[in-house]
Amino acid sequence: MEPTVWSRILTAETLAFHIIWATIGVGVPVFISLAEGWGILKKDSHYILMARRWTRGFVITVAVGVVTGTCIGLMLSLLWPRFMQLAGNLISLPLFLETFAFFFEAIFLGIYLYTWDRLKPILHWLTSIPIIIGSSLSAVFITTVNAFMTTPAGFSIDQGKLVDFRPLEAMFNPATPSKVAHVLSSAYVTCAFLLGGIAAWCLLKGRNHVYHKKALKMTMIAGLILALGTAVAGDFSGKFLAEYVPEKLAAAEWHFETQRKAPLILGGYLTDENKIKGAVKIPFALSILGKGSPDGEIIGLHEFPPDERPPLYLHYLFDGMVLIGTYLILISALFLLAWWRKKNPWNKWILRGIVAGAPLSFLAIELGWIYAEVGRQPWIIRGMMKVNEAATTADHVGLLLGVFSVVFAALAVIACTVLIRMFKHQHPEKELEQRQTFL
Amino acid sequence: MSLEWIGITVLWTFLYGYLIVASIDFGAGFFSYYSLLTGREHLINRVIDRYLSPVWEVTNVFLVFFFVGIVGFFPDTAYYFGTALLLPGGVALLLLTIRGSFYAFANYGARKSRFYLFLYGMTGLFIPAALSTVLTISEGGFIRETGEGHVEFLPRELFTSPYSWTVVFLALVSVLYISASFLVFYARKAEDEKAHELFRKYSLFWSGPTILAGILVFLALSRHNAVHFQNMVDLAWMFLLSLACFLGAVYLTWWRKAPGWSFILVMLQFAFAFFGYGTSHLPYLLYPYITLQSGLTQPEMGWTLVISFIAGLFLLVPSLILLLRLFLFNARYTRGEE
Repeated sequence: MEPTVWSRILTAETLAFHIIWATIGVGVPVFISLAEGWGILKKDSHYILMARRWTRGFVITVAVGVVTGTCIGLMLSLLWPRFMQLAGNLISLPLFLETFAFFFEAIFLGIYLYTWDRLKPILHWLTSIPIIIGSSLSAVFITTVNAFMTTPAGFSIDQGKLVDFRPLEAMFNPATPSKVAHVLSSAYVTCAFLLGGIAAWCLLKGRNHVYHKKALKMTMIAGLILALGTAVAGDFSGKFLAEYVPEKLAAAEWHFETQRKAPLILGGYLTDENKIKGAVKIPFALSILGKGSPDGEIIGLHEFPPDERPPLYLHYLFDGMVLIGTYLILISALFLLAWWRKKNPWNKWILRGIVAGAPLSFLAIELGWIYAEVGRQPWIIRGMMKVNEAATTADHVGLLLGVFSVVFAALAVIACTVLIRMFKHQHPEKELEQRQTFL
Repeated sequence: MSLEWIGITVLWTFLYGYLIVASIDFGAGFFSYYSLLTGREHLINRVIDRYLSPVWEVTNVFLVFFFVGIVGFFPDTAYYFGTALLLPGGVALLLLTIRGSFYAFANYGARKSRFYLFLYGMTGLFIPAALSTVLTISEGGFIRETGEGHVEFLPRELFTSPYSWTVVFLALVSVLYISASFLVFYARKAEDEKAHELFRKYSLFWSGPTILAGILVFLALSRHNAVHFQNMVDLAWMFLLSLACFLGAVYLTWWRKAPGWSFILVMLQFAFAFFGYGTSHLPYLLYPYITLQSGLTQPEMGWTLVISFIAGLFLLVPSLILLLRLFLFNARYTRGEE
């Protein structure tokens, strides 16, 4: 196979692996800080212990996130040298700023971890704020780079040459707002379900301690708000796509002919003649998603030359992501409703539903990213540079792919083993008793 | 100062910073595992762990900063080095990945594992070797441009070049020397006499090979790239100052005097050598394809980067000072009382 194909597989694999840990890295500090802050405010040692325990697990995931992030950072230059040469001129600002945010986070993470018993509680809590700022800002900056690849901006073309560079405009390109909003909110919601899922799992195992109940209530309140926020951000993304990247939306919705009053298609499959079978059609919904009015005109895929159309399997990814997002809203709403109405929110089936929400939300993150990235094919920078023009010409990419696959698989297994072992015999119930005297 | 000079100075300074902090880190990992093998871990591991645990992630950022920065200021380097370094870069990445994650598994995980410590300690020894190939390749002779913009890497040239092997040798021994010299200082600070004596021995032991490797690199470079060698001879005073600092540091360590000053002299020794090497390398970033001028990014982007760099420093410097005050220059913490 060609280096381009190997490079694509290796990049996809590294990114797919990295975003799991990166999502945890962005979202979990928010909940750690929330728990510690609430614990201090309410003088409730349960929440303080929650923050401590989440932090202990968090460090392991951060380590894997840092090393895989370093991998993808350097791989961009190794696998896509032409792209980075061009990108260096156009978007090195956000790349540069991202390292600053990362630096900031790294410094305060070290401080936070080792000052639990050295600083006053409120001061210690304050050191969690720079961690949140650092991790969320690095997500913001790196997302602007990705947004630039979808809607390049901030330069002019004069006789085939790029001139008149405007770095801030390149960073705040049209795709930036909707992408940043969607990335941040989905990372937070995923972590709400990750931590909530763990609490629900413990309750299902019959460990009925109030500690787990408090953890579940806190994460599910945040989870519902954030899941709704993510849906709103997703709606912005739809409107953005319809205007700036119509082929991506059209491929996801199997929308071939430009038309008004376009229906949204759920599920189904395509025949060889590109006829849609077995799908649910929601009239006007695509026009509403894309243009905000049932009469909005949605551009169809046939407006684009065949070699510039993204693949049609995007539809399944898009559906999967939306479906999971809806599920997360429903299950957290159900839990909160049962709690509010003084029904039994600890019902086994609700708890099981929340446990399922954890892996599902990570799946949705993966689906959403694959949709975003494959939807830009065949471009690496839309309208400017195609993927095969950017790839390395060096040999041995296949070898590298093999080695990194093994390493990532091993890391995943070992990290999970370490995490499970850390908490297996260290139940919070026991830890609370031991700590009672000095919490 | 012109943009390209600001850019290269910032990057070179960060690379120097990485050289120091990463050497301490890599060497400490090796000593840590070595002491486990020789049954001396109780002597030194407490000192190493207390220093390393809060700062390991910061060390990593220095490297990321350098490779993001060089692509930002000099985008052409991404193309040439990116193509050429696929294998050596891949190896370095692999080792960094294993090392970083197993550090966390070993130190924050539920229990200490000999296997994790082995991976952590040994990978640290090979990373400097893999990373130093970047400097070797920048001397030219390992990349060939064939046709319009097609770059070919010549791995055989690299593996058979005496110059590249002397650089690897230098990287390896200086890591152990820098690390041991720092730990002498830190152990004294922690008032841990046994650890202090052991690190003092290590530091003196590795000082010889370090200076020998430095001289060998000189000789090998004179054969490999005569132009660069001549530039270095013109800057001889910097290398002589470096030698003077080295002798001063060894003198202080030998007589067990002022470990803090001794380590500062070690840092100066490497600073003079590193900046002397860097200055004489210019104007080439990659001989003979990229110069400081030809590789520069668009000026608009360059100045934006400089401004954001200055803004970033306002945030970083106070935070770094806080980190150092809490962990490095806090007598109670280093003694293990907090």
